[in-house]
This record gives sequence, C-alpha cells and structure tokens, in this order.
Amino acid sequence: MSLISFTNRGIYCSQGDFYIDPWRPVDYAVTTHGHSDHVKSGNANYLCHTLTKPILHRRIGEDLKIETLDYGKSITKNGVKISLHPAGHIIGSAQIRLEYKGEICVVSGDYKTENDGISAPFEPVRCHSFVSESTFGLPVYKWQPQDMVAAEIIRWAEDNIQKGKSTVLVAYSLGKAQRLINILAGRYPIYVHSSIANLNEAIEQSGVPLPATIRITPETGKDILQKGIMIVPPAMRTSRWIKTLINPVTGVCSGWMQVRSHRRWQSADAGFALSDHADWPGLIEAIGETGAETVYVTHGFTAAFSRYLNEAGIYSEEVKTQYGTEEDEEPAATEISA
Amino acid sequence: MKRFAQLIQALETSNKTNDKIDALVHYFDSAAEQDRVWVIALFTGKKPKRPVNSSLLKAWACELSETPEWLFNESYHNVGDLSETIALILPPATALLDLPLHEWITRLQAIEKLPEQEKKDFILNAWQHLGTAERFIFNKLISGNFRIGVSAKTLVNALAKKELVDSNKIMHSIMGKWDPYVIAYDDLVGGSHVNTDNSWPYPFCLAYAMEQEVSALGSPDNWQAEWKWDGIRGQVIKRNNELFIWSRGEELVTDQFPELHILADELDNGTVIDGEILAVRDGRVLSFSTLQQRLNRKTISKKQLEEAPVGLFVYDLLEHGGTDIRDQPLKERRRRLEDVLSRLSPSSGIVASPVITYNDWKELAQIREGSRENNSEGVMLKNLASPYHSGRKRGDWWKWKVNPYTVDTVMIYAQKGAGRRANFFTDYTFAVRDGENLITVAKAYSGLTDQEIRQVDSFVKRNSIEKFGPVRTVKPELVFEIAFEGIAESKRHKAGLALRFPRILRWRKDKTAAEINTLDDLRQLLQASLSLPETPAAAS
Repeated sequence: MSLISFTNRGIYCSQGDFYIDPWRPVDYAVTTHGHSDHVKSGNANYLCHTLTKPILHRRIGEDLKIETLDYGKSITKNGVKISLHPAGHIIGSAQIRLEYKGEICVVSGDYKTENDGISAPFEPVRCHSFVSESTFGLPVYKWQPQDMVAAEIIRWAEDNIQKGKSTVLVAYSLGKAQRLINILAGRYPIYVHSSIANLNEAIEQSGVPLPATIRITPETGKDILQKGIMIVPPAMRTSRWIKTLINPVTGVCSGWMQVRSHRRWQSADAGFALSDHADWPGLIEAIGETGAETVYVTHGFTAAFSRYLNEAGIYSEEVKTQYGTEEDEEPAATEISA
Repeated sequence: MKRFAQLIQALETSNKTNDKIDALVHYFDSAAEQDRVWVIALFTGKKPKRPVNSSLLKAWACELSETPEWLFNESYHNVGDLSETIALILPPATALLDLPLHEWITRLQAIEKLPEQEKKDFILNAWQHLGTAERFIFNKLISGNFRIGVSAKTLVNALAKKELVDSNKIMHSIMGKWDPYVIAYDDLVGGSHVNTDNSWPYPFCLAYAMEQEVSALGSPDNWQAEWKWDGIRGQVIKRNNELFIWSRGEELVTDQFPELHILADELDNGTVIDGEILAVRDGRVLSFSTLQQRLNRKTISKKQLEEAPVGLFVYDLLEHGGTDIRDQPLKERRRRLEDVLSRLSPSSGIVASPVITYNDWKELAQIREGSRENNSEGVMLKNLASPYHSGRKRGDWWKWKVNPYTVDTVMIYAQKGAGRRANFFTDYTFAVRDGENLITVAKAYSGLTDQEIRQVDSFVKRNSIEKFGPVRTVKPELVFEIAFEGIAESKRHKAGLALRFPRILRWRKDKTAAEINTLDDLRQLLQASLSLPETPAAAS
C-alpha cells in the first residue's frame, strides 16, 4: 500500500494517520512551510520546522499546539518515521520525508534549487515516490542567477532615485520580501510595509538575523521614502497609498515576470523574474536526484509536467490539490492610513 | 542590436508615456541612421520580408532545445507569443555577437532565396549567438508584428520632440508608403517622400465619449449633430487618378469594397473624404452583423455582394482640390462636402451622413432615443467651428451613445485568456434562466478590473465542477450584468437568439443566481425589436 493518498482534506498518510499541508482541519498536520495555501487554521496539532513555528503563530494564532523539528531530525508516528529536509523555498520551508517498512516518500511542498542566501539551500532526498510542485513547469521558465536579477533591480532603483521617483518593489511578505531585503541591504534605506515588518520580527525572534529595515507608518515622510526603496505586499500594488507617493514607480518581483505578457498584465512599471520556485531545469534536476520511480505533481502546469515526466520514463500522476500557483496567496494587506 | 534591445527594455519598464517618449528620443539621438529608420518602420507595422515561415522556426527551435512539439505548444499557449516562446525555450547562447539592427535585417533578407538547409544554418547560428532579449527581437524581425506598447502617436511625439517638427507632419510622413530599405532618415522625418505618394492618409479625427450633461456644451447652435453609425470608419482618397480606402487601423481596404470603386471615376483628383462604411439597402442602414459578412475577406462572392451591399455615409472633407482643408471650420468643410457629393451619381450609394436638425438639447435627447431604429448607436456632436484634428482631442467631437440594453446573468463556464491573460480565467460564458434550466446567452471577455478578474479567477479555480479541455464548468453563483447593443434571432444558438457586442457591465455581488433574468425576458425584447417600424436612415 502506498504511503500517501490524496484526499479531499489534503495529502494523507494512513499508516501514520496524519496529513501533510491539509486544506481542511485535521487532527495532525505536518506543515511544509508558512504560506497560507499550505497551512490553514483549525488543526488540532501541527508539526513544522523550528523556524516556521513563529510564522504560524504570527499568521494563524498564538494558541496553537506545535511540535518542531530541525532539518535532518526525525520523529516517529505510528511507526512512520517523519523527517524534515531543506526545500530552499522560504525560511523554514521543508520537504517532508516519510519512511515506513523501507518505503520512502518525500512531499516537497514548494521548493527552489537555487541558493537564495537566506533560506537553507534545497537538498535532494532519495526516495521511491516524490510529490512535486510544477508552478513553473514549462521549459520557457529558466531563471537568471540571483546576482543578475539583483543587479537589474539595483540599476532600476538607482535610476529611479536619480530621477526623483519613489521606488516601490512588490513582493510577497513571507519569503520574497526577506530575500529582497537581503539582496538590497546596505545600498539604500529599505522601508517595509507593516505586514512585512511583522513577519521580520517573528523571523528575527527565532534567531535569524535580517538586515535593518524601517517600518512604514502614516507618519513616514514621503520625501524620505523617495530616497529609499520600499517593499510592499501584492495587495498594496494598486492601493490609494501608493498614489500619494512622489512620482511612484512599481516593480513586481515574481517568476511570472519572465514573460512579457504577464508583465504587462500586472500593469506595473517594471517586472523582475525573481522566484522562490524551481524553474524548469531546477524541477527536472531535483526530480532526477531523488531517484524517485513515481512522481505526483500537485500544482502548477501539472498536466504538461506530468506528461513530460512520463515520456522521459518517470511514472508520474497529476493530482488535484488546493495549492496555489501564486508565489504566496496571502490575505489582503491593510492600507497604510492614520 | 543590443542598443535596440535596451530601448525595448526601457519602453517596457515604464507605464508612463513621457518615459517612453524620453527613451525613444534617447534612442534616436544615439542610434545609427539606418537603425533609426528601421525602428520607425517596425513600430509602425512595416515588416521586413519574411524569409522563413513560423512553422519552420518552431520546428527548428524544438530541435535545438530538444523540446517535444506538444510541450512547445503548451509553452506557447502560456507565453502567448511565438517569437518570445522561442527566445525563452532555447538553450543559453554559446557566445554573444552584437551587430546593428539593420545589419541583421540585411542578412535576413539575404537568406530569403537560399535553400532551406542554409536558412536553417543561419537561423540556428544566430540563435546561438544572441541573448534572450536580442533573440526575441531577431525572431520578431522574421515573423513581423512588432507590438511593443508604443502607439504610432507616442512614436510620432518622440520624433517631433527630437526633430522639433510639428507632429502632424511626422504622422503624415510615417503613415504613408515608404520603403525602409531605401529611404534615408532625414528624408523620412522631413517628409520629402509624401508629396509624391498618392495614397497617404490623414490621421483620423477621433471623438471622446460624452461624460458630462449635454447642456454643458453650451448653445446648440454651435454644434452639428449626426447619427453615430456602427460600421467601419473609412478614409477615401482620390489623387492622380488613383483611389485608396484606408481603415481606421491604417490598413488599405480598397479591394474589399468594390461598390465604392465608382469614386475613382466620380471624385475629382485631390479629394479626401472621411465617412462610415455601412451595409446599406435602399438608403436604409442595415445591422453591423450584416456588414460583418463583408469584412476581412480576400474574395467576395456574388452572394455576399447581394446580401450585404455596402455604401458610404460621408461626414467630412479633408482635402479639396488638392489642398489640405483640415484647418477650415467644420461648417465650411461640410458646405464643400455637400457640394462634392452632389456631383456624384444618385445611384452610387455614397451620400452625406445626414445632419440631425434640432432646436434644443432636450429635443436632441428625444431624437437620440430613437437611434436604434435606424441601426445607429446614438448621436455625434461636432463643434461647427472646429478643425479636423489629428487623433483624439478632447472638446470638439463627442459621441453620445444611447444606453445599452442590459441583462442579469450567471456565469457558468470560464476559460483562460490568451496572451497577457494566459494565466487567468478571463473568458466567461453567461446564462439566463429558462424554467429549471440555465441557458447560455453570451460570452464576454471584457469589462472587469484587473482586481475583479483576479477574484473571479480565484473563484473559478475553487469552484470548478467539470473540465472540458481548457473550459471549466463552474458553480452557477456569480451574477454579472451584461450590456449589449442589440438582439437578433439565431438558429445557431440554443437560446434561439444572440446578443450583439455583449460585455460585462458590472459584477452584481448584491444579487444571487435566483435573481437573474429569464429567457422569456430576452424573447420579449427580441419581439419588440423585430416589430420596429422601418424608418429610413435619413431621418433628419
């Protein structure tokens, strides 16, 4: 019998009687990472990486029963050994490795193979079956190295500042925002929306230092913001607040920005293809390194990616889940107002 | 070509017209002369000859990138552009080669007559020596259709700013017929070619939609009212015994409308008129759907000529006796126009678009309510003292359309869009109630804000019942008010009727699916529109 099955509540391990990233409340939820399409409220127990715990408290609530594990450490539940391994997606993101009577299954959640300098880098884990995302599972999605994208963002920001424009980068508050802060640190003052500042606090409390940033409040002067770089979550992109800035220009940071039509669609001024998901070569390489005989594809271009794997001789199935293909579908952020 | 790629990037990293103009001026200041000519050509839709067809390009890209054809197609569907799909799917360049834009164009032209294998060697070699951005441009040079979010107007404004020349003159120069392989940049922007070119059109004068109360326009005596026709805008040019018909999309459509060729004999040389091409029978304007049978066809059958005869309702005179009279006030142009048209044979089907006589705004508003009876969309108001402007200028021409019909419907199918909307469910099918059933009445793509589209997209993803290829059946829950311009009987549609030009007016979050309209409501509307009196169009 297979170690996992796909139910209408989420990915279920019947031998161990627990779920991985369920989208409906269950008794025991093993959590890959803190993005809202992977972890919901209402579960009786959570198991996640040590660094994900403060994120869950911040996003879901203080009153949660959470067990934690470090990377490479394991616990056993009903005879199923559960261990966590770096997924490289965001801080605290983990692949869940399950082992039962010699059978190994890895549920990767979301992952990327490039080292972003802030999340623990992805580690391939050998297994019999592998559950993979395919958010960018088409061969047109091939990322430039982070350094090159960073240089592009910096050039753009410098040009804006020189021309007296206010630079607003749009990035998901958990993951992309911290990555940008890390990339841009030390050049210009970085101003962050409160939803990002709150998560930064949670992350720093768990012992991961982040470069200095300044929380944007209604009192922050527009002339001061003009001389720095602002980072705000996607929900703020079309907000009234942005229109009150001095000559605002927006740059969206997302893997979707690889394609011109998506850049235009976002109606932002600039788009930067910076993603926390594996690109096409990354997906292919990661899957190859697992040595898996069976690959379940849960979200993204599932049909195409799974067909490609089958044609390449790796048995693959497309699975319907509720995981999103936005980089992080988060609740709407509030406006900045007094 | 690197310099050109930088221009494209600069144009794409801003949404603001002024930034785009600055980027263009900066480019024209620094680029090689021949490159400048080609950039103007490409941005105004002049394509180099196509040396290789797209299916070969696609096949070679699949081969070089070791991509199966079906996966290439999936990628293309996501990207929405063939040149870009190829640029992205190819493996990284082995080495970089930077040649000027015109040099690439010349080399591409040179392979046109070569055998296929040599073409292939050239293209594959080029791909392996270009970065992704340059590759995209290279592919565009082969396949044409260079749409980069720069309108002709933006380009013209940039050239006018750089050359300190009036933008109308530049617009003339670049809209006409010229050969980028031959012309020099200074001759092009200086316009030395246009006088010898019989076909060059004037930029169309465009109207704004009326937003304020009509009384805000002041005295009715200063305004000429006409019907707002629902056809194809056309500019007819007769110079040096040649006839040209330009569409508003700046395409020559002369061959599509043989009924109008009589003008080649009947108009004097040096005459340019602006009017609406309409399906007309016995002086009565027919519906747009009738005219539609005649559009974009390479050949026109006798049957089509009989079923959808075309006429021209003329509303302006731009050139008279070889002189540009666009600066003359409308009143004077109209006087001359009527004089010009009075000399045409009465059977020509080419008439002045009637002027509506009215005494005050209230009376005009009443007349306007009857617009649909002669298949018009409302009325146009034109300032009698106004010149014929280039492009859209607020204040002198207003379109005052009648309100559309509306119907409340529920969304039952959704499909992903194409191009820029390829990742979102943006194309919806709507239904009304028919007893216990829901019956499809319209498909619509537009009318929602980006944010609403994202919300609907998210609803679709969570509430799909079935999947038929790209189409999802969704829970009938979201109610939309659909606006449409007309209703007609249709045997092809299950509902037995079809809505004309349906679009989403608003998302009715306040309504539930139980509150939508019924098929009977629409049938009543259809009956009412069928029993309209046969009023002649010339209802002045």
